[in-house]
Amino acid sequence: MNVRPDPSFYATAKLAMEGPAETLAFTLILSPDGSQPDGLAVVDVDPNSKSYGQIVHSLFMPNTGDEFHHFGWNACSSALSPLSGHAFLERRYLIIPGIRSSRIYVIDVKDPLNAKIHKTIEPDELMRKTGYSRPHTIHCGPEGIYVSTLGGGGKDGTEGPPGIFIMDCETFEILGRYEIDRGTQDKHYDFWWNLPRDYMVSSEWGLPPQFENGIVPEDLLSNKYGHSIHFWDLHARKNIQTIDLGENHQMALEIRPAHDPAKQYGFCGVVVDTTNLEGAIFTWWRDDTGKFHAKKTIAIPPVPADPADLPDLLKGFGAVPPLVTDIDLSLDDRFLYVACWGTGQMHQYDVSDPMKPKLTGKVEIGGIVANAKHPNGKEFGYGPQMVEISRDGKRVYWTNSLYSTWDDQFYPGDRGGAMIMAQAGENGGLTLATNFFVEFPKGYRSHQIRLEGGDCSTDSFCYPSV
Amino acid sequence: MNVPEADWTTAVLWLAVVGSGIYHGLNPGMGWPLAVSAGLMNNSCRAVFGALVPLAIGHFLAMGGVLLPFGAVSALVTWQTEIRIAAGFLVIAVGLYLFVNRRHPRFLARIGPAHLTLWSFAVALAHGAGLMLLPIYLNLCRAEELDAGHIAARTLMGSNLITALEVSVVHAFSMIAAGGLMAFAVYQWLGPRFISKSWFNLDTVWPLSLILVGAVALYSS
Repeated sequence: MNVRPDPSFYATAKLAMEGPAETLAFTLILSPDGSQPDGLAVVDVDPNSKSYGQIVHSLFMPNTGDEFHHFGWNACSSALSPLSGHAFLERRYLIIPGIRSSRIYVIDVKDPLNAKIHKTIEPDELMRKTGYSRPHTIHCGPEGIYVSTLGGGGKDGTEGPPGIFIMDCETFEILGRYEIDRGTQDKHYDFWWNLPRDYMVSSEWGLPPQFENGIVPEDLLSNKYGHSIHFWDLHARKNIQTIDLGENHQMALEIRPAHDPAKQYGFCGVVVDTTNLEGAIFTWWRDDTGKFHAKKTIAIPPVPADPADLPDLLKGFGAVPPLVTDIDLSLDDRFLYVACWGTGQMHQYDVSDPMKPKLTGKVEIGGIVANAKHPNGKEFGYGPQMVEISRDGKRVYWTNSLYSTWDDQFYPGDRGGAMIMAQAGENGGLTLATNFFVEFPKGYRSHQIRLEGGDCSTDSFCYPSV
Repeated sequence: MNVPEADWTTAVLWLAVVGSGIYHGLNPGMGWPLAVSAGLMNNSCRAVFGALVPLAIGHFLAMGGVLLPFGAVSALVTWQTEIRIAAGFLVIAVGLYLFVNRRHPRFLARIGPAHLTLWSFAVALAHGAGLMLLPIYLNLCRAEELDAGHIAARTLMGSNLITALEVSVVHAFSMIAAGGLMAFAVYQWLGPRFISKSWFNLDTVWPLSLILVGAVALYSS
């Protein structure tokens, strides 16, 4: 407990942008075949440091087969909430779930170069207390730490729907399920919220049998992956509205609300439209009566390709779908970054008008067919995937792996985990930094990145930017 | 000029009622940042005041909720000292409990932003804000009694209940005046940066305040 609030807690997103730049990044690394333990890599991102762009510390877990994916902080700027503030928590622990093992690690990174395991929650405890499995997204909210899950009970995670559970923000005890009334929600993926307006938005990927052993083409072509987003009364823990984006919009993944809570809109990325292989971004918003709406505002077309160049999964289509697998919104709510993992592109859109995004920047790197090399001459292996933006919006970092079994279907063979960075122009434009290319240990792939002191998909702000 | 001792005591006690109100009002945990948030979210100065009203009502109810029962029993004239001692111990006990147990009660986090009155009431109750006022109030009752000489128990009870209401009103008024001034200053001039700058951890100071008030009460009874 601090006497003053943690300096990395900011009342508004604007104040967070004005804070000091990050000097370290935390990147999850995973062993795709489970032969080695997964780990947390600490990367030096301070351009004035001698070890800039290098892994300065790695912490490996005592188990194998966890499959690290997403993770988050124990505390963020939401601790300054006027309603349920815990202003004196420290941003000190990373909560890292194993999406395959359902094990959860709490890692103490107070001294990042000496990061250590603070607590481990075993899968049977999670199952016993919540009936959920495959934990995923982490956010700090009114009642503690909220964690979304992708699976329910039973061996294959299909006994009962997946949902969100709550952990105590100090002891990391699992308190229980979040939902009182989940409505029609029966799949899960991401969630985020607007704290002062007291609503939450959640999305859907698919159930564990639909992803654990790879994408199931029959399920995709019969539109059986998730295609709805759900809106919740956050405190009442009740699903108040579900919007079906249309069954062809398969896999509604990342939810990115505007960081300024005065704004009542946000975005959701859709991996693939099964009618035309497009990737899509939907803008959702809340009107004055409290009703939610959603509209497709970005459609990214597939790129035709010679079937001979395509993996088995895509041969029949003769094209590479963009595969929008991650999106991220800068803290000023101005630029939306869209990872096109299939075609190997990172798009930057000006979303100052959220209903009319304008493409302002693009980087081509990797890609199933394009296989574009980094300006430093190195192969990127896969495509741009988990993307994280610095708080000041000037640096955009990303890694290249989607999910072990899916990587193997779209990008056969082991191609090496990497993390790169691009510089964003003041008024748009995106340029790869030639001197930043992190390679991970052999046999490892890289997934989500968290920046020291918070980033653009971590902190929830409780006061409008003024 | 010759001012009777009881008058001095009364004046000091009323000052303590006002002073504790200012102390509670300036504590961000009692809600002034909610008024800032309301103002900023609606981009309106009126919304700041709109949030202060339910916060004040909730705080008043929490004070009254603690003081009125004591007002009712304090009419048992022969047990006055015992009641004051019991109140002193109760305040110290709650102070010690809050000193040791720093966990935020979960039921507070369950109250949404649409229920500011309930939130303010529950927060004040959970933090023992009313108890901080209790010894001051009981001494006020004693001062009045000394002033009035021995009067009928029923009259005394009536007067004590009125005092309880008066104390609650004056305290809640000074609490919201101080918190409101803070909220308005942050909304209008200081900006949201001041929210984290002004937030001090009272987890130690607050329970110690309770223990101190309880100790003074025991000493003076």
